[in-house]
Amino acid sequence: MGLAVRPRFLACGDSAVTIEFGTEIDDGINALCLAFDEALSAAAFPGVVESLPTYRSVFVQVDPLVIDMPAFETRVMELLDGLTTDTKAARRWRIPVVYGGAFGIDLEDVAAAHGITANEVIRRHSERVYRVAMLGFLPGFCYLSGADQSIALPRRTDPRLKTPAGTVSIGGVQALFASVEAPSGWHLLGRTPVRNFMPDRDPVFLVGAGEEVVFQPIDASRWDALDAAAAAGEPVAELVAP
Amino acid sequence: MTVLKVKDCGAGTSIQDGGRFGYRRYGVGSAGAVDRIALAVANMLVGNDQGTGAIEFTVMGGSFVVEGGPVRIALAGAVADLRIDGEAVRPLTSATAEPGQTITVGPAKAGTFMVLAVSGGFDLPRDLGSQSFHLRAGLGGVGREPVKAGQVLVVNGAPMGPDLTATVPPRVHAGPFRVVLGPQDDYFTAAGIETLVGQPYVISPQADRMGYRLTGATIEHAKGFNIVSDGIPTGAIQVPGSGEPIVLLADAGTTGGYPKIATMISADLPRFVQNRPGSEVRFEIVSQAAAIVAAREQAAMLAAVLGGLKAIGPAFDPEALLAANLVDGWVDAHGRFDLATGNT
Repeated sequence: MGLAVRPRFLACGDSAVTIEFGTEIDDGINALCLAFDEALSAAAFPGVVESLPTYRSVFVQVDPLVIDMPAFETRVMELLDGLTTDTKAARRWRIPVVYGGAFGIDLEDVAAAHGITANEVIRRHSERVYRVAMLGFLPGFCYLSGADQSIALPRRTDPRLKTPAGTVSIGGVQALFASVEAPSGWHLLGRTPVRNFMPDRDPVFLVGAGEEVVFQPIDASRWDALDAAAAAGEPVAELVAP
Repeated sequence: MTVLKVKDCGAGTSIQDGGRFGYRRYGVGSAGAVDRIALAVANMLVGNDQGTGAIEFTVMGGSFVVEGGPVRIALAGAVADLRIDGEAVRPLTSATAEPGQTITVGPAKAGTFMVLAVSGGFDLPRDLGSQSFHLRAGLGGVGREPVKAGQVLVVNGAPMGPDLTATVPPRVHAGPFRVVLGPQDDYFTAAGIETLVGQPYVISPQADRMGYRLTGATIEHAKGFNIVSDGIPTGAIQVPGSGEPIVLLADAGTTGGYPKIATMISADLPRFVQNRPGSEVRFEIVSQAAAIVAAREQAAMLAAVLGGLKAIGPAFDPEALLAANLVDGWVDAHGRFDLATGNT
């Protein structure tokens, strides 16, 4: 069964094109992006170097010396016509998180902004199943869909230049868990010892796009042991049955 | 084993190759030399593949002591001196440094990025398929560090055959920097797009391998300055709330939430990155098809440079090489290039 979605081809110079399926965060659109990305990878079209599925589009890096752009666009439409809804079960990861305090310096502010307790913010954040909509910005950063809009807050007007590796945060309608130290304008709720990116570990990346994530609140007293295990290459994140 | 001992170098010195591809889906961008022409030319002068890992310098140069064996070297990119024990190596020419000699590079007299290639490249591990150093990802380089004083860089190969000089110099397009509109040109008013191409911009001091922030006329957004994050191409011209554009380069993040009005074509990026803070730049719009043609012309230009390489040195008979060139078609390669581009 074909899908009735007609994407927009957005030029990105001569070496990339964005195939846009929508402009907003939408689970159906994201699922389509992930399924299309998989079909595109399998098609191995000449001149396609790599692709990156996002919330709402698929970014395709091309070799301008090889690509035949009109033929590529035709092939994309053929792939979409043959695309079926992905029904296979996603892997689900349980990610331990220490919320609040030095681990999540914005937790109290987020609670105050919504007139609820910090524990209530933790409950609402950790009781959901998120899907990893995309990885982006820096290695291993997981952008999540499925965030609870009742604790959403616009991004900070004054971004921080440095937030620690493992930061678990929310920004606008999005949720994130980070892998390396980075600047951020999001609100820091907690921190996980999980390293989603370790160049010397096999696998280098743990959680990929299309997989599911649940956050498990843990006591700060467990941080040191889990962090040491993660530093030694243990996943610390746990695969759980969906 | 031939090594280069790093005596000193500027802060913006790192190992870069043709880039890291295949990991954008995990948030890992391409990195790689920001001036791909410089990387290609320096490498071909020492007999390497065009994307082989080399040392990229940012304005400040460096000095290196050769130990263990001879090494063929070549410099390309920004205008800068390459010296062996104080003696200048001619531009667009490789030379062989012997054990005990000191190689000095730069500083740049004009331009920003220089690339020093060594015959055989460096014996450094690849992270996710590439030697390119990426600071924020902690990948590549010399033990995931920039090039620094005190390091010992092992060279893969000894010089084979004579040193080389380029009889066909590399060329770049003159005039405004060419951009293709998109991917989010519909987030800007017609006046905003007119501003981008009608007004000059100045490169600000906030310019590095991640991107060049420009100052100048404010570009008008049509529907705010937030998009749901999507992929960022190298050369993307992103316009945040301030309305002043940022040209994103090899070390930029893979995704972002500001609209991108246009993307600089790959053929013009090498010349663009050589501009220093304070330089004035202008843009013009071309089609994606024209941008692809320009990329192919640049590849043909580099093929012509490669075809025009001529051996030099005492062990070499220039008459014999000239004859060989005619026989094996190197001169033809140059001729095809002229036909393909219509000018030189």
